[in-house]
Amino acid sequence: MQGICKSFPGVRALHNVSFTLRKGEVHALMGENGAGKSTLIKVMTGVYGKDAGQILVEGKAIHFRSPQDAQDFGVGTVYQEITLCPNLTVAENMFIGRGRYAFVNWRRMKEETTRLLDSLGIPARPTQALSSCSLAVQQMIAIARAVDMDCKILILDEPTSSLDEDEVQKLFSLMRELKSRGVGIVFVTHFLDQAYEISDRITVLRNGEFIGEYDASSLPQFELISKMMGKALDDVSQMKKMKKHEPSAQDSGEPVFEATGLSSAAGVRPFDFTIRKGEVNGFTGLLGSGRSESVRAIYAADKVTGGEIKVNGKKVKIGEPIHAMKLGIGYLPEDRKGDGIIADLSVRDNIILALQVLKGFFKPFSRKQAEGFADEYIKRLNIKTASINTPIKSLSGGNQQKVILARWLLTHPEYLILDEPTRGIDVGTKVEIQKLVLKLAEDGVSVTFISSEIEEMLRTCSRLIVMKDRAIVGELTGENLTESDVMHVIAGGGE
Amino acid sequence: MAKMKARGFQVFLPLSVLAILIFINLIKGADYFSISIIHGALYGNIPNILFGASELVILSIGMTLVTSSSGGQDISVGVAAAITSSVFVRILLSAGGITWMTILVAFLASCVVGIVIGTFNGALVAVFKVQPMVATLILYTAGRSIAFLIDGRLSPVIANGLTSQIGSVIPGIPIQTPIILTAVFIVLFAVLLKTTNLKLYSQAVGNNQKAARLNGINPVRIKFLTYMILGVCTAVAGFIAVTKAGRHDSVNLLKFVEMDAILAVAIGGNALGGGKFSISGSIIGAYTIEVLNRTLLRLEVDPEAIKAFKAVFIIILMVLASPVVRESAAKGTRWVRSRLGGAVQIQTAVGIDAAGLPKSDISAKREE
Repeated sequence: MQGICKSFPGVRALHNVSFTLRKGEVHALMGENGAGKSTLIKVMTGVYGKDAGQILVEGKAIHFRSPQDAQDFGVGTVYQEITLCPNLTVAENMFIGRGRYAFVNWRRMKEETTRLLDSLGIPARPTQALSSCSLAVQQMIAIARAVDMDCKILILDEPTSSLDEDEVQKLFSLMRELKSRGVGIVFVTHFLDQAYEISDRITVLRNGEFIGEYDASSLPQFELISKMMGKALDDVSQMKKMKKHEPSAQDSGEPVFEATGLSSAAGVRPFDFTIRKGEVNGFTGLLGSGRSESVRAIYAADKVTGGEIKVNGKKVKIGEPIHAMKLGIGYLPEDRKGDGIIADLSVRDNIILALQVLKGFFKPFSRKQAEGFADEYIKRLNIKTASINTPIKSLSGGNQQKVILARWLLTHPEYLILDEPTRGIDVGTKVEIQKLVLKLAEDGVSVTFISSEIEEMLRTCSRLIVMKDRAIVGELTGENLTESDVMHVIAGGGE
Repeated sequence: MAKMKARGFQVFLPLSVLAILIFINLIKGADYFSISIIHGALYGNIPNILFGASELVILSIGMTLVTSSSGGQDISVGVAAAITSSVFVRILLSAGGITWMTILVAFLASCVVGIVIGTFNGALVAVFKVQPMVATLILYTAGRSIAFLIDGRLSPVIANGLTSQIGSVIPGIPIQTPIILTAVFIVLFAVLLKTTNLKLYSQAVGNNQKAARLNGINPVRIKFLTYMILGVCTAVAGFIAVTKAGRHDSVNLLKFVEMDAILAVAIGGNALGGGKFSISGSIIGAYTIEVLNRTLLRLEVDPEAIKAFKAVFIIILMVLASPVVRESAAKGTRWVRSRLGGAVQIQTAVGIDAAGLPKSDISAKREE
């Protein structure tokens, strides 16, 4: 691809970007949020047209008119957010849109799917509804689907963001296998270590511009980070400093939230939980260990089936999210697209939503007030949007996340639950969010922080609650807060 | 700014269609806008359109809300209006004398019935999660029989001075009463949207119900509320329709109006799948449909054939409003713009490194 340009109303998404993919290589595409990675990929796969530039495949200039067009050329894609049909079965998803015949051979479809799933070691049955699989398995099914279509070029847009370490390794061995068969793989990721582990070359984008193409082996990690952020290494060293920063959580603080024997319809075993004023704690564990379900139970996002709750020492009942909100609890959900954003509404409406609901149905904010709030938080969190009236769905993932974060900060919560706030977000924003969490804690806000990146949790949390198989198996504080201790607890607990 | 633009585009299409229709009418006869005064009230094409569209406008406002919150449509609005107005007529006729007071009481009672109907439909949709069209199909099927049972006989007549004033003109006021009632209704509705969060909540629920709940909104309650409001709309529409007619015909009162109401919502640029909405779009859509009906009549299309013509017109309109056409239209304007911009660039390039080559000069000029 040479000199690709693409603009959207009010935003220049790509400017003169070049990208070269060789046969049988893994090429990492890296950059911060809004750098243009997703846009470049969508141009590559025919989802968007290009304003200028050309795409060459094996030396021939081609023009993809539609995703179908690109698919026929052997360009297979797995997007960051899973784009399969959750209410269809695994087998149907595997073959949907691919048949050239009017009739479906159900039996063969099932057999083929079983064979494919087995060969890739994916734990799913062909007749299972896709929505009943975990996010990780759905992701792997999407990849299997692309693989099965004999693609020459495979594009993986953040495939690992919802996978745990084991699954990542499985995916990597799959990628190596494909590589040896001569497939060119474009790998978009925010995980530096993963990029280094698997890729041969790295292309860096920043603010829609092409920064450079490097051999992975000859580019030090620090340099890569500074190229992505466009800053000197100050911020990175700041990141290191933060590592040493011992969060100022005192065990002496008053408990803000206490739960005993809390359980929910999502199937978490009854658990006890306490958080003190100004404390940052976290739930950790592998995917599916019940860490998200636990915080959902606290917020009554799932139906609460039992347990007692005390807020600031007083016994309360939280049966619906609104009760939790009124008690000063905020919750940033794990599934941004499904539970967080109101896609068609403006950035402004998305920001004021929670505070507006707290204020009441009969007391709408004036337009001026609402705009004031939105402007303030867009500035404070440095949200990149064309205007406050832009629908949130047209923002990049990281900026959408900031909007949701702004929504809760605006309510000035006493206790904030952040489930995977940094997922699919670039290094710079991650550091910003971590700093923000620590700042909130200093101001006396209690925060529960969940992240798939254990190292990030060790940096921000002063107490970690370790979960396995939907139950709490241990708790770590102080000097026991190390990666190996966490692994140890997960490995040892709950047998 | 962007919102203004988006909203501008949303009403642009129905407005331009209105303009085209009016243009056609003007070709047919230049006296289209002429207004005459008969018995102290204004008559003419424009007042007739406003008069005729009253019920449709009111129903399409309620329909917009229900569409937004539940992502589906209520097909029982015409039938519901028949029921509410039958209650109105029954109470009025059994009250003894018809006075402003009895009319008011009967009207309020019909509003209560409207709310009950809204609660029924709302319960099916919000609590039992039945698809709105299927849920309201129940009443659609049974409703006119219920209205007939409430009437107690075929087409009771309410011919009377006061009700006919509501249905046509109050002496001393130059504008027909249904037009005034519709205007009052629109204003009240605007006040409702301004003083509550109905719009934000309903859009949030329709767009992402799960997220709305996690932000403290009760989706069930909001859906209930929108169906109840639509119930009130049906009562008002039924009231206007029955006073216009002077009798209650439970079989034909506001027949097929539900489809026009849904159509008005669609023409207004609202997504029938729920979420964001524009009431002004739906209102313009409703008037557009009325103008279309009257234009076809004026063009002396056989009344029996009007529906076919209308269908053709609506297909064209829907295709024009579809995202596919919108996108390619946007592409087209960008292409034209880039060609114009490109021509200027070529000329400057020619000036620098290929001066004197007549061929490129000509092509550049031609492009300009």
